[in-house]
Amino acid sequence: MSVASDTKASAGEVQTVVAARRLRDSQTVFIGVGRPSTAAILARMVHNPDLVLVYESGTIGAKPFHIPLSIGDGELAETADAVVSVPEMFNYWIGPGRIDMAFLGAAQVDRYANLNSTVIGDYEHPKTRLPGAGGAPEIAASCHEVTVIAPHSKRTFVEKLDFLTTVGHGDGAGARERLGFRGAGPTAVITDLGVLEPDPESKELVLTQIHPDVEPSQVQEATAWELRIARDLERTDPPTDEELAALRELLSR
Amino acid sequence: MAEVTSLSEAAAELVHDGDSVALEGFTHLIPFAAGHELLRQNRRELELIRMTPDLLYDQMIGVGAARKLVFSYGGNPGVGSLHRFRDAIENDWPRPVELEEHSHAGMANRFVAGAAKLPFAVLRGYVGTDLMGRTQVAPITCPFTGEELVAVPALEPDVAIIHAQEADRAGNVQLWGIPGVQKEAVLAAKRSLVTVERIVDELRPQPGGIVLPGWVIDAVAEAPNGSQPSYTLGVTTRDNDFYREWDAISRDREHFTQWMDEHVLSPVA
Repeated sequence: MSVASDTKASAGEVQTVVAARRLRDSQTVFIGVGRPSTAAILARMVHNPDLVLVYESGTIGAKPFHIPLSIGDGELAETADAVVSVPEMFNYWIGPGRIDMAFLGAAQVDRYANLNSTVIGDYEHPKTRLPGAGGAPEIAASCHEVTVIAPHSKRTFVEKLDFLTTVGHGDGAGARERLGFRGAGPTAVITDLGVLEPDPESKELVLTQIHPDVEPSQVQEATAWELRIARDLERTDPPTDEELAALRELLSR
Repeated sequence: MAEVTSLSEAAAELVHDGDSVALEGFTHLIPFAAGHELLRQNRRELELIRMTPDLLYDQMIGVGAARKLVFSYGGNPGVGSLHRFRDAIENDWPRPVELEEHSHAGMANRFVAGAAKLPFAVLRGYVGTDLMGRTQVAPITCPFTGEELVAVPALEPDVAIIHAQEADRAGNVQLWGIPGVQKEAVLAAKRSLVTVERIVDELRPQPGGIVLPGWVIDAVAEAPNGSQPSYTLGVTTRDNDFYREWDAISRDREHFTQWMDEHVLSPVA
């Protein structure tokens, strides 16, 4: 089946490609569904064929041909190196910090990459009840590092979370240490406009990379706090023909 | 010893109004047939326990069977919201539902403690989040190292219901594929029911197979396709199309109610 790689990459495709690049040197990656899963499968295809995909459902080393709709799709169980129970997944694999990288999404992200997936509005009488914590809090605490993948808008990148579901960098420098977390936490936030990374000292997110055809003002417009922008702001290398063709082929399966 | 019986008899005997019921299966082997039987028998005031409510609890909550939900992730995986779950929490429709929420690590460990008949489980979790102070979790200090950890109370449901590939005539059950927290749920609960795709003469060991001896189960009932639209590895496949369709079916209260009346609640032929 021929795939057109002559049409330009969409913002969503750029986001997925950038996320996949992040997995070049990872041995293991923990993923949920959606863009994170697509990025990890793409990374295995293009950058890192030995990458071990780990899903919350207990499938370690899954090698799906199709992008799974759910974390429990049959193909994940059938292709995995090992299928373990949920208690085992959290107690033996995630908690002790055996996973290199975790991809997490969220409904809201704040300037310290803390995440909300619980409620919009008041907890007792929410305006919108979101799915809840799932595996995120312990994943963010214990995996070696976390990459947050989220759409860039003021609705998502908020001044203050309505609910703190998952700790990123807490209230800034030293927070993770005080909480006794073993993993480094969020080391990047990849959006459809660019990439944010925590300042090495304050841990506040700084825009360090901007995608093709995006202006810094757009990113500021889409962020509810006064966004810090790196002095040496980099431009994302556009997806290569190989990356784009592989992604589109994967999506077409 | 497990009694091999019909689903309707087992459900009527084991599950009563007001019971806490865990119908477990982590995306795989979700016991839809059993859950639907509970609805046909008009069970009410249930405390529903499930790590991921999924469409089954969306349906049970939407019909008004639940007074409380204990969970860690209430979404339609890869599709979006569980609209009936949201309507109950946001608008008290069709009736208010009390929530007790945890993280997956917490819920999984609560089941582990329950299965071990210990009063709590220990883990590293919850700290720094807004769930701390809003749910059943307590700080605890390691008596040997002084490390600060958290404790979550054991889950001991009145009833656990799971689905599996097969059982033999003595009620010994074998399940394989994604095991979720099913074994723990059965061992943690006061009473248990296992529905199976088929009853076989003899259980032949499967790769990754988990065997639950009949003597820890109360009842086994044959329920072919009993996990649809979820799936039973090796027997059925996950109906991803239906999971997508559920979004539209369940958005509107009237449409949902009509659909449930037609497809779930009307007497089985």
